[in-house]
Amino acid sequence: MIWSKRSILFPSVSADTRILWLLRIASGMAAGLVLLILFFLFAESLPLLWKVQTGRFITDTSWHPVEGAYNLAPMLSGTLYAAGGALFLATPLGIASALFVAYYASPRLGGIYLRLVELLAGIPSVVYGFWGLTTLVPLINELHPPGASLLAGILVLTLMILPTIALTAHAALRALPVEYLHSAAALGMSRWGIIRGVVLPAARMGITAGIILAAGRAIGETMAVLMVTGNVVQYASTVYDPIRTLAANIALEMPYALGDHRAALFVTGLALMLLVIALWSAAARIGRN
Amino acid sequence: MGNAETASARGTPGNAWQDRLAEWSVYVVALLISAVFLWMLSDLALGGIEHLSWSFLLDPPQNAGRGGGIGSILVSTVLVLLIALVVALPLGWAAAVMLSEYVSSDSRFGHTVRHSLQVLAAVPSIVFGLFGNAFFSIYLGLGFSILSGGLTLACMLLPILVSTAEAGLRALPDTYRSSAMALGMSRAATVFHVLLPAAAPALITGLLLGIGRVMAETAALLFTSGYVDRMPESLLDSGRTLAMHIFDLSMNVPGGDAAAHASALVLIVALLLINLLAMKLATSWQRGKIAAE
Repeated sequence: MIWSKRSILFPSVSADTRILWLLRIASGMAAGLVLLILFFLFAESLPLLWKVQTGRFITDTSWHPVEGAYNLAPMLSGTLYAAGGALFLATPLGIASALFVAYYASPRLGGIYLRLVELLAGIPSVVYGFWGLTTLVPLINELHPPGASLLAGILVLTLMILPTIALTAHAALRALPVEYLHSAAALGMSRWGIIRGVVLPAARMGITAGIILAAGRAIGETMAVLMVTGNVVQYASTVYDPIRTLAANIALEMPYALGDHRAALFVTGLALMLLVIALWSAAARIGRN
Repeated sequence: MGNAETASARGTPGNAWQDRLAEWSVYVVALLISAVFLWMLSDLALGGIEHLSWSFLLDPPQNAGRGGGIGSILVSTVLVLLIALVVALPLGWAAAVMLSEYVSSDSRFGHTVRHSLQVLAAVPSIVFGLFGNAFFSIYLGLGFSILSGGLTLACMLLPILVSTAEAGLRALPDTYRSSAMALGMSRAATVFHVLLPAAAPALITGLLLGIGRVMAETAALLFTSGYVDRMPESLLDSGRTLAMHIFDLSMNVPGGDAAAHASALVLIVALLLINLLAMKLATSWQRGKIAAE
């Protein structure tokens, strides 16, 4: 084989440097993509940012972009309520799942459960939305009409971000040195005593980083939330009220938006992206410590 | 140390009920999540199975999707997928080779590339949709087309392809590299003839995960590849992917629920198969590595 492929195995030096240049260009393109995305979002938002003071996006009287009223605050509240509620539910469930796999279940059962959580992570958001629309929304409607509500959004989002929290928490637990567990057990501590007193404090950083990543996912999620929350631009006073999130607003209005309206949607997208980058940087900093 | 001391005080036998409570709640949570998962799967399976048939898979949709099948939609899905992969695979794997073989892990260049890819992985898909619309559809003039949808998804795929391929290459023992060097192979030849083939399971795992990601995507395609459910005649035609079809049927088409259920079932089964295959490859690859050392 070596003889027949001599020319490939010993290419000239110039071929080697040429390939290196190709690799450099490819990785440069990959790295430059974030900047390109930011640039285009910014360029499309600029006509409106030029005209309208940034403060008006939360102080205007309402969201009527065609008439020049750009109040995003109700949708911001929708995003924060939905994401906050989902985090509130998914955090304990996700951490408990990780503890179950790491310390309670037998290796076989734990493995199966972990795989199930991984599969849950692979289900598309449109399928979560569809299931929420056909199953959860009618159930909530019986409880308290109209069904399509903040509550439905929170429940669907909980299911969607739970795998993120569970898998990162599990990774953080597995990264703990075994000596911690052995020494704690040698002190005669009970299983819950070890978890509460040693494991959770020691894995705190990794778990927090996972929660922050999940928060980013919850804030940016579009389709599933759009399908179950009813999409009324308003401040929710109870969990049974329909709401609209920032991301859903982009998906709903982009098809017919023109001019300043379109620019307002790009401003929303830019804000979402900056928010998620900020969250990611926080998670990365915590994860590094 | 301080932790262990306070903890030992908490873990006294007097707190046995706490222990039992914790154990119970952890088991209940696991049971609850498994139950919800099975509930969802069985809902989708039962709702979709009666509508599912060969003709459903092959026929074009009729009457906005209420009747007919998903033939043209599967074709559009595959086309979008192919474009995304053809663009993202070479770029992603080249970047991975660069990061793992040519730059040291703490160099400035490697740091920048890795960081920006991680940021890219965190960007919400609706933002990719906005970018794809502004850049591919309007700035490059591709319009609402399979091409601009595929290119948008290629951008989304890059982080996942680079990170899996880089991890796979880094996991290869250094003896591979030194042996190749001892044989007088050039660096490029080492990469193409030794390292990439040896890391193939990791590359394929990344590829499968990427396929899953593309098939699941809706928000990024809303205003790049569009809604049209006809059989696409060229890559510049608008085409509707399977995930988009489910969205459209359930939100915009009254009476489309049966077809939406069946489409969701097709999508879920395809994705579950792809994910299981990826997991199997990843674990068998890890096991092989341990055995080899």
